[in-house]
Amino acid sequence: MELNTKKRTGPVIFSEYKRGDAIKKAVSMLREDILFELKDSKLKGRGGAGFPVSTKWMLTSAAKADEKFLVCNADEGEPGTFKDRVLLMEYPKLVFDGMVVGGYTLGAHQGIVYLRGEYEYLLKSLEDYLEQMRKDNLLGKNILGKEGFNFDICIVLGSGAYVCGEETALIESLEGHRGEPRNRPPYPINTGFLGRPTSVNNVETLAAVSHIVVKGGSWFAKFGTDKSTGSKLFSVSGDCDKPGVYELPWGTKISELLKLVEAKNTKAVQVGGASGFCIPKSEFNRKLAYEEVSTGGSVMIFNESRDMLHVLKNFMEFFVDESCGQCTPCRIGNVKLLEGVEMIEKGEYTFSHINKLKDLGRTMQLASKCGLGQSSPNPFISILENFDDEIFNSGNNGGRNGR
Amino acid sequence: MFVAEKNALSEDIESYVKKYGSDRSALLMILHEIQNKHRHISEFAQQEVARLLNIHPVEVYSVISFFAFLNSNPKGRNLVRVCQTISCDMHGKVGVVQAIERELGIKVGETTKDNKFTVEYANCLGLCDMGPAMAINDQVFLKLTPEKAVELLSKVK
Repeated sequence: MELNTKKRTGPVIFSEYKRGDAIKKAVSMLREDILFELKDSKLKGRGGAGFPVSTKWMLTSAAKADEKFLVCNADEGEPGTFKDRVLLMEYPKLVFDGMVVGGYTLGAHQGIVYLRGEYEYLLKSLEDYLEQMRKDNLLGKNILGKEGFNFDICIVLGSGAYVCGEETALIESLEGHRGEPRNRPPYPINTGFLGRPTSVNNVETLAAVSHIVVKGGSWFAKFGTDKSTGSKLFSVSGDCDKPGVYELPWGTKISELLKLVEAKNTKAVQVGGASGFCIPKSEFNRKLAYEEVSTGGSVMIFNESRDMLHVLKNFMEFFVDESCGQCTPCRIGNVKLLEGVEMIEKGEYTFSHINKLKDLGRTMQLASKCGLGQSSPNPFISILENFDDEIFNSGNNGGRNGR
Repeated sequence: MFVAEKNALSEDIESYVKKYGSDRSALLMILHEIQNKHRHISEFAQQEVARLLNIHPVEVYSVISFFAFLNSNPKGRNLVRVCQTISCDMHGKVGVVQAIERELGIKVGETTKDNKFTVEYANCLGLCDMGPAMAINDQVFLKLTPEKAVELLSKVK
């Protein structure tokens, strides 16, 4: 595989970091102090949901149990996201050091990396890396001489299920069951893997933890906006000259990002992957931040030549494929939405039916069991509403799709 | 299945159970290993796994049927997965797929008569910045053109 080995630059994640530094610093600190640093940093989960990391770790470390687990969620299935692949390939030190720090803070002895099956080609190099860490006493028993601090990491491969990125589905599949999400509560922080308190964190979150421990929470909070501190890795793909992974501080405007990646004649940007929102040209001055346009990092760019209905169809096919089928709103709802898109494509639709489908979408957002069904109507609603002129007005779409 | 084959398969499965443990949480990795080596997880293999993990065979089957990368029916010796998600789609997935279909004389989802290739679609392979992408077994190939894709297939044994 052709590897992109050019030196990456960025203010936070891609800043200087020496392997093991975070672990060295962490074992000299009290667990509470690490939690306070994280609280100061206001770091939020980077997988997309944006839950404060300090809260999650405080709850997990406060939970009483004979065993606790830290899971690194590397089931990066969201269309258009590939930052975790880059982190694991080029910066495993950040991710694994972050996990060891997590193990220390939470009082966990076992870390598990849930690596998506599509990334199996990374497995060998990651296993080798972990082996080297064991040799250097960055993993194993009494890590770096810290009496009683035992922690090890294993890697489990997923097997091609998008829904397993949802934390309870991930845990189900780790336990050897079908990857179907659980009801929440109880949350994994109490009742996770094998019924033990478990913290599930995104790859990028753990990488950020390594920097925060070394450089301090207030250093981290200097970047970004007030509510979204630090920086974010954006996976940029689609119609632009320079696709790839970019580290930008939160609060960057969409238009600034487009300029950076040299996108021309851009019509729309899908932010947050298939389950995200489609932002039309008129809103390109909006900021990328949890409080404005929230995202797990996927940015897909569409230029003027793209047919947005085709884009929408691709997304809905994806959700029909990937719905786990456990709850009715998601299992049947996505099929109905896809049928709606096909009706529009053939020109055999009524507006009253399309409006009913939008209502169905809003029902799915409320009634689905997990994030998949709650967010899969997002592109349906946002594309049909933001691009209605192109999709429904045949004068404006060159007579495409029989419309 | 011949007795010798069955014995060999049983031995494989026993070694995986030894490696990953006999707790149910080892199931996914065990199935993964069987899938990798034997290209599918036969009914017999499912029963063996169930016996060694002390669960019902239908539990094993339920997990296999859930995951896209596990299958209970044999596929071709080489598995070709073309990414169908939007970024690869925009950069010419259709041309790549059509070229492969013409060259092998099958449609996506089918296996060639000589059992050499099975071609499937995959959902986002996470290579969106270098699409169109496809995976042949556990190797990935990037920035494909129809011509390049066919050439890659011709190099596969």
